[in-house]
Amino acid sequence: MTKNAGQRTLIQLILLVGAILMALPFLWMVSSSLKHELHIFQFPPQIFPNPIRWQNYPEALANPNAMPFYVYVKNTVIIVIVREAAVILSASFCAYGFARLRFVGRDIWFGIVLATMMVPYIVLMVPTYVLFTRLQWIDTFLPLTVPWFFGGGAFNIFLLRQFFRTIPEELADAARIDGCNEYAIYARILMPLAKPGLIAVAIFTFIDGWNDFMGPLLYLNSPENYTVALGLALFRAAVGGMGSAGGRSRWDWLMAASTAMVVPVILVFFALQRYFVKGVVMTGLKG
Amino acid sequence: MSMIGQGLSRWGLNSPAARRNITGYIFISPFILGVLIWFLTPALTAGWLTFQKWNLITAPRFVGLDNIENLFRDELFLQSLKVTTVYTLVAVPLGLVLSFFIALLLNTRTRGISIYRTIYYLPSIVPAVASAVLWAFILNSEFGLLNAGLRAIGLPKILWLQEPEWALPALILMSLWGLGATMVIYLAGLQGIPDVYYEAAEIDGAGAGSKLLHVTIPLLSPVIFFNLVMGIIASFQIFTAGYLITSGGPQNATLFYVLYLYRAGFLHLKMGYAAALAWVLFIIIMGLTVLIFRYVGSMIYYEDTR
Repeated sequence: MTKNAGQRTLIQLILLVGAILMALPFLWMVSSSLKHELHIFQFPPQIFPNPIRWQNYPEALANPNAMPFYVYVKNTVIIVIVREAAVILSASFCAYGFARLRFVGRDIWFGIVLATMMVPYIVLMVPTYVLFTRLQWIDTFLPLTVPWFFGGGAFNIFLLRQFFRTIPEELADAARIDGCNEYAIYARILMPLAKPGLIAVAIFTFIDGWNDFMGPLLYLNSPENYTVALGLALFRAAVGGMGSAGGRSRWDWLMAASTAMVVPVILVFFALQRYFVKGVVMTGLKG
Repeated sequence: MSMIGQGLSRWGLNSPAARRNITGYIFISPFILGVLIWFLTPALTAGWLTFQKWNLITAPRFVGLDNIENLFRDELFLQSLKVTTVYTLVAVPLGLVLSFFIALLLNTRTRGISIYRTIYYLPSIVPAVASAVLWAFILNSEFGLLNAGLRAIGLPKILWLQEPEWALPALILMSLWGLGATMVIYLAGLQGIPDVYYEAAEIDGAGAGSKLLHVTIPLLSPVIFFNLVMGIIASFQIFTAGYLITSGGPQNATLFYVLYLYRAGFLHLKMGYAAALAWVLFIIIMGLTVLIFRYVGSMIYYEDTR
């Protein structure tokens, strides 16, 4: 598409204004996290905090009003690692069946995969909770990890199936002639070749696990088992001017804790950006 | 081993076709088990729960259709339905149009385009809780960024989170910050449109507006449709912002459906009533999806009809 200079300038201008609006909440968060408590209330607000108060971070992340943050991080990391292993093994195994094998009822089952993607999980929230109560799994990490071993989520099966289908069949055929069975083809040929797809799934799983609020809110009761998301919510209740620590809101601390929660997600995004985009394209379009 | 082989062949399970079927089902068995345990069991439980009065502690009691009858007498249920519907009717179209527009701009070849794409996308991966805490601060009437901006251009402050008529618009505004998730799917779709279509349109004398209307939108209609369906499904499940920022208030102005469901189930321990609420939500979302497929689905242009 060719555009004249006037149009280009206009596009640049709109993009710039929009980008500033999108970036502003981030800048405000980071800037507030480094302000002295009194400067939070200043008008006009300081953009660059003066003086910069790094002390907000240790004060927020090891605060006497809440659990130390590292406990939440440790819990979340355990949950995410187990979930990653579950999703990568289980989703790829199922996806191989759907992408590469022919058998009676395959398309019906794949239809069920797509259907479960459409069903809002909220609908099953209450009976699932009842199920976990019966299993005596409440206040453990089991509800947040074990279900992922069973297919690893319809969305991930779908994504990996799409990915497996882009890998040429000839490689597997050659291996079959050499006497390889399907399990060996899956493990030794498809999995190594599907690395970009698996990384995309791993990124989504990390972000979902790190960001998940509803799951931990329902299933975890004791603060020492809380994840970062739940811990941050608890911290807000404690120092957000509505809780036990008196009426004063400590936005400086809350912004420091929020920044700490956001940073890992952003880092993962920048480190693995190209896989990320690939995954989005795979899921959004090749349906 | 040979005994197993004999057994298999007696049942006709040793033919190549049968072996293929067995291998296939072994591969998808984790999913099948998952559906049975984590999907079918809860779904059946939900059906049973709907007719029970149960607080998780004492024994459940059969109450027939009481839970469903009570729904329509429950003002908070109706309020939560209203709040969620209004939110969906405003936030989803607004988000769809705005993210489409931004995707169009981001699909041009201008300077610094990849930086722009990143900036527009990033907010959508910010954890919902961090986003809620941040926006609670931004929307704060005394020291928030939004009112500081209004004051800077000489406008009076707005009590975003204290006034019933402003709370929902405030959360809709907040939802637009996350439009990058939709935008990036549009963008991927736009990049899949071959240049030759535009070139052909230009030869026919099409201007920018007519190219958008006759090339871009028809070719992108499956993606628009995908975003619409997913947007509505997600919108009806909104929870975190209402739970953390406004606690459903003021005066239940942001009492989202799922927030009310959550309270019924886990605050008031009315498991049967919560299950009935969940069924209604399921029927609404499925009904809407079917309607959209029926009336909007026919307007989709598919390039190749495989």
